[in-house]
Amino acid sequence: MSWSLVFLLAAGAFAFKVLGLVIIGDRSLPAVLERCLSLIPAALIAAIVVHDTFGLGGQRLQIDARAVGVGTAVVLAWRKAPFIFVIVAGAAVTAVVRAIG
Amino acid sequence: MTRAWRDPRLRPVVWASLTLGSAVGVFGFVFGVAAVSAGASVFQASAMSLLVFTGASQFSAVGVIAAGGSTASALGGALLLAARNGVYGLAMARRLPGSLGRRLIAAQLTIDESTAMSAAQPDLEAQRAAFWITGISVYVFWNLATLLGALVGSAINPSTFGLDAAFPAGFTAMLWPLLRDRRGRMAAAGGAVICVALIPFLPIGVPILCAAVAVLVGVPR
Repeated sequence: MSWSLVFLLAAGAFAFKVLGLVIIGDRSLPAVLERCLSLIPAALIAAIVVHDTFGLGGQRLQIDARAVGVGTAVVLAWRKAPFIFVIVAGAAVTAVVRAIG
Repeated sequence: MTRAWRDPRLRPVVWASLTLGSAVGVFGFVFGVAAVSAGASVFQASAMSLLVFTGASQFSAVGVIAAGGSTASALGGALLLAARNGVYGLAMARRLPGSLGRRLIAAQLTIDESTAMSAAQPDLEAQRAAFWITGISVYVFWNLATLLGALVGSAINPSTFGLDAAFPAGFTAMLWPLLRDRRGRMAAAGGAVICVALIPFLPIGVPILCAAVAVLVGVPR
């Protein structure tokens, strides 16, 4: 692996972060834009959940043990279980279902 | 930071961020192993985790190199994955005032975990504390684990322990408080549907970015 990959990726990744947080994020924006920006975490985190639950890499989707584990996590989050418990139960259920299947 | 430890209101945040940090640590270890087996030196693997600090991008770059891809193709995919941190920065900027130096440090810590943990908090003070505690916790665990993985080099299989489901499970818990109001629920549902619908058609990382379109439910008053 080349050092140029390390440094170019570092520069690019940091540029994105700075662009959002420091350069654009600094300005005061119209109310409608503020409302939309405040919804970014909900939209993107929900996307990551389904991406990591059903995505298989290489543009493939699959329903497998992860779906059962994350389904368990959804029920526990809904029942307001502690964060640690949601993570551990999600991983443990996935591992068990995978071992059985 | 020290105040956060003493403030009983923030104790759940501290515990949650340490849990998350240790989960991230497992993947940092796996990254260290993967980077070295893709031909990186221990120094390069650590430099990547210290400087890039975006797990998904790092895994993607190392994966492309391991599969025999060029530096350019490794860079392209990884940068697409990194772009969402810019979007997080937009959402976080209002909660994170301070000097330029402080904000540049905050920028480096702006990732999935710190944004999600912060967004899940009820008030501004807790949101700020959650961002910094989670960002620093994940940074420390991720980098120590990368170094360890790169040094050890022998693989564990995270899927045996269901650890590949630990992230979506953790993000589910962080997502829940954002679903309190109707707009939050609509944005989350929209983001999930857009992402799943686009995964078969777009390169990895792009569907998650496209999910940001769901924030348009915030347009009507």
